[in-house]
Amino acid sequence: MRVTLTVNGSQRTADDVWEGESLLFVLRERLALPGSKNACEQGECGSCTVLLDDVPVCACLVAAGQAAHRRVVTVEGLAPRGELGPVQQAFLEAGAVQCGFCTPGLIVQVHDLLRRTAGAGLPPPGDADIREALAGNLCRCTGYEKILDAVRLAASRLPVMP
Amino acid sequence: MQVPTHVEYERASSVDEALEMLSRAGGEARPLAGGHSLIPMMKLRLAQPELLVDISGLTELSYINVADAELRVGALTRHAQLLDSAVAGERLPIVHDAERVIADPIVRNWGTIGGSLCQADPSEDLSAVLAALRATAVIRGAGGVRTVPAREFHAGPYETVVEPGELLVELRIPLTANTGSAYEKVERRVGDWSVAAAGAVLTLAGELIEDAGIGLTAVGAPHFCAPEAEEFLRGRRAGEEAFTTAGQIAAEHSNPVADQRGPEDYKRHLAAELTTRALRKAFERA
Repeated sequence: MRVTLTVNGSQRTADDVWEGESLLFVLRERLALPGSKNACEQGECGSCTVLLDDVPVCACLVAAGQAAHRRVVTVEGLAPRGELGPVQQAFLEAGAVQCGFCTPGLIVQVHDLLRRTAGAGLPPPGDADIREALAGNLCRCTGYEKILDAVRLAASRLPVMP
Repeated sequence: MQVPTHVEYERASSVDEALEMLSRAGGEARPLAGGHSLIPMMKLRLAQPELLVDISGLTELSYINVADAELRVGALTRHAQLLDSAVAGERLPIVHDAERVIADPIVRNWGTIGGSLCQADPSEDLSAVLAALRATAVIRGAGGVRTVPAREFHAGPYETVVEPGELLVELRIPLTANTGSAYEKVERRVGDWSVAAAGAVLTLAGELIEDAGIGLTAVGAPHFCAPEAEEFLRGRRAGEEAFTTAGQIAAEHSNPVADQRGPEDYKRHLAAELTTRALRKAFERA
């Protein structure tokens, strides 16, 4: 089947999509967007997190057809023109990346957290809020301390986000 | 890579159309809402439907409102929406207690209430919550609408009374005065299924318990509830003594099985302790 959707601001069409295929497969294998990672495929790890109509979801558990005519933003869409977004910059500076496999999902989820809090003119999220927001993003390398540092750093720099 | 077996896909644009698609395919079709239970099962080939009827676009099934002293929740409501609902949080704190510990925020964003219930996993939290609250499920089919008490909704593990060609469309939860409620869960790690969990709903008349509802998760309680413990509490003075005994009764009537989440005696212990804790908190909130 053919699936048309908006990805990172552009209308994209994928052909020969198989009915049981996931949105993640469409993004990675048909639209050449390998940023979202394919790990547990069961909605446990969060490494495939993308924004679907502005809401973070596990792309591995969204059927391709369900994303038709919706808006998807992947981690690639958070760095338009190849320039790092504020969350990515903070992860880099805080050393919140080791193997990097969980990083795209974390970036998308943190982007959403900050867009709803510090980026909307509200107080920055406290540690409990950050931990809760990231409860679905598993990292097996860092022990999360540097990730929390990165979120705090990004939050401290954000007057307003798009 | 985990790949489901071959499946057809159709997108419904109305409830009527979804029902028509479902009944045309008979028992081999499954409605696809959030897909967060069904798609993992399909990837593991534990579920192999021939047709997915995508109902995720049916916005008419996504709502939370109050009517006739009931909270009415559309089956396509996302977990995150229920957790965001002020009226649910104020009137039914047991619902928010449970929603906070269901999976994680990303899963709650897309997983639906109806999908969770229809998956009918014995460890699923809302089944016990709705049993404790004596909620009602509204099921629609070609022949019309029927209502089923939450305590009669499950036909067994991973089985419900929703027939092929039917759709769960709404949950109705009674809003009762002088009532408090709570849900207590023990999990191995954040976002995991329950080792065991208990929900309690207490309606008070002065110092006496006018009515009680107790729901149990993952401990093999028939219909996710503890009617013997509820019967014990009814008419009794609310307090520590009654709550402790009710917990023991609930545990005696549960039938947990040992698995990777814990041995039988530990789960039975949890059934008692969590029931008591939930009753205590429900009493404080009444």
